[in-house]
Amino acid sequence: MNGVHDMGGQQGWGPVQYEKNEPVFHARWEGRIYAMTRAMLAWRKWSLDTARHALELMAPVDYLRTSYYERWVWRLEQQVVKHGLVTREEMESGRAAPGSAKATPALTLATSSRWLNRGIASSRDPGVPPRFEVGQRVRARNVNPTGHTRLPRYARGKSGIVARDHGVYVFPDTNAHFQGDKRQHVYSVQFSARELWGDGVSPRDSVYIDMWDDYLERA
Amino acid sequence: MADSERGSVNRRGFLKGAAAGAAAAATPGPTRAQEHDHQDHDHQAVPSDLTLRVKALESLLVEKGLVDPAALDALVDTMEHKVGPRNGARVVARAWIDPAYKKRLLENAPAAIAELGYTSGQGEHMVVVENGPKVHNLIVCTLCSCYPWPVLGLPPVWYKSAPYRSRAVIDPRGILREFGTHLAEDVEVRVWDSTAELRYIVLPERPAGTENKTEEELAALVTRDAMVGVAKVTLPPSGDTA
Repeated sequence: MNGVHDMGGQQGWGPVQYEKNEPVFHARWEGRIYAMTRAMLAWRKWSLDTARHALELMAPVDYLRTSYYERWVWRLEQQVVKHGLVTREEMESGRAAPGSAKATPALTLATSSRWLNRGIASSRDPGVPPRFEVGQRVRARNVNPTGHTRLPRYARGKSGIVARDHGVYVFPDTNAHFQGDKRQHVYSVQFSARELWGDGVSPRDSVYIDMWDDYLERA
Repeated sequence: MADSERGSVNRRGFLKGAAAGAAAAATPGPTRAQEHDHQDHDHQAVPSDLTLRVKALESLLVEKGLVDPAALDALVDTMEHKVGPRNGARVVARAWIDPAYKKRLLENAPAAIAELGYTSGQGEHMVVVENGPKVHNLIVCTLCSCYPWPVLGLPPVWYKSAPYRSRAVIDPRGILREFGTHLAEDVEVRVWDSTAELRYIVLPERPAGTENKTEEELAALVTRDAMVGVAKVTLPPSGDTA
């Protein structure tokens, strides 16, 4: 979706605000929401793609006004209800429904290292052939999907060259919506800065963007 | 700007930041990245509703048996104390002193990084991009906050912020100038937008004058910012290593 999260190329944000000696978490609640978010993923009620999309669904003005981890709080509150782990009444009262069964956590201290070391699924599966090869000229499709996508707006309709083939990955545009993993090749595609931004930028510079097969067409 | 702000920011802080941004934007010539000290902030400013909201959520999830508080403690401890840019710095130092290791690192980063024992979450498909006299690499995630956790830990707020995410791809040289990194015109800038599950880390140039340094001494020079690509590794050390 063409959301506010798709920030590449926006202007007017001013200089980067740099914090010296920045702590990992600025308050205890940030660490807790970080940890709960990761632990709840272990229930496998939603994928990383679904979780990313959930943030994109935040109202634009709220997305821009809130801090990074505040968005995570909003998201987890939404996710646990939406995916049936907590009822709306429980969320409102803050207490488990009387007589409800107590679950065993999907992620425990004993299993946490195994879970956290699990890789993101990818492969060199020869059964999924690449549609493009390294060195080939390609164009990012000019599409405007209303669901989740990892094809940034600033690249759409632009031409580049396949620089690397990273192998086969789950396709976020379908996986985020429980419509199958539609595994396909992902490439680093090199776009010249001038192709993306015009003549006002250095002719030497490039942006490399990771692109799934379905984002590309022959140029 | 709000996107770049920490959880503890309040309305006053937001307006102050916005004013500073506007003033800096109006100043001609190169500007330093806006800096402030963590110690400058009053942490009582954390909105109490967030502290309470997160407490309430944790209490409910624990009561329902959905999360294990001890596992949460371990997750926080890992990110605060075990994972961070020191890991990446050791990888870089090893690559500087061991050409065979560097070759493995550039060809198959996950395996080479795992040789040093770093393998957790978000880093399974790491790619190392090498700086040189005529090439400078910069890492960004314009869509969210993708970052190589096992070697750099969690990203700093500025990396996840709107100013960085918006400008890294359209004005990388301007971003670099704000960080005090001035590149000659004949240097090629390569920006890597982490839109998929690949996680990038920059292998910075080894500074001149470090020929006699040990691997450990070299690792101490390597900063997080250099591995994201906003800075170079310098001697003597300067900048932030947090």
